[in-house]
Amino acid sequence: MRRHHDMGGEAAGPVNRSEHEYAFWEKRVDALLVLLAKKKLVRVDELRRGIEQIGPDVYDKMGYYDRWITSITNNLLEKGIITSEELGRRMAEVEARHGKEDE
Amino acid sequence: MKARFRPGDSVTVRSAYSLGHVRTPHYIKGKRGIIERVCGEFANPEELAYGRRGLPKRPLYRVRFEQEQVWPDYIGPPSDTVDIELYEHWLEPDTKKD
Repeated sequence: MRRHHDMGGEAAGPVNRSEHEYAFWEKRVDALLVLLAKKKLVRVDELRRGIEQIGPDVYDKMGYYDRWITSITNNLLEKGIITSEELGRRMAEVEARHGKEDE
Repeated sequence: MKARFRPGDSVTVRSAYSLGHVRTPHYIKGKRGIIERVCGEFANPEELAYGRRGLPKRPLYRVRFEQEQVWPDYIGPPSDTVDIELYEHWLEPDTKKD
């Protein structure tokens, strides 16, 4: 039985070869993982495991860095480095500061 | 852990279903290949993925497969191969003889 993320060789249609710029938040997510890895808080294997645990429907709708930040968040929650409450409060603060459409 | 296989040995990839995090792609399970090289020993990613230490380290191999054996509808030259790095616990000695 094949798991959803393990899609090597499945029909995928034409490959989009166009280059694109990364959004600022995507660069921040990348930097966040570099820092977490340096501090030995999240390993790349844990990041991958978290990505693979995302449900198939959501997985397909998410972009590359959406999957990263989802996995990073879940890993930090599991390890008790952040709590749901802290995260929720902080997200509300940021939302209030920038407005819902921003970031 | 001492490497069980040597370059040139014929191996079959276990076709086990695996929950958790595994580095063996689905498309190569059950396929037969040849050990191309021993890459060394590394902490087991299946354990590292859950925050554990992944010890003892496991031998990792680069295994070479014929594309025609991997993909039933392969249209490239028969000499085409694909190399995949696989941990020892995913490999079994190949007993079939051609």
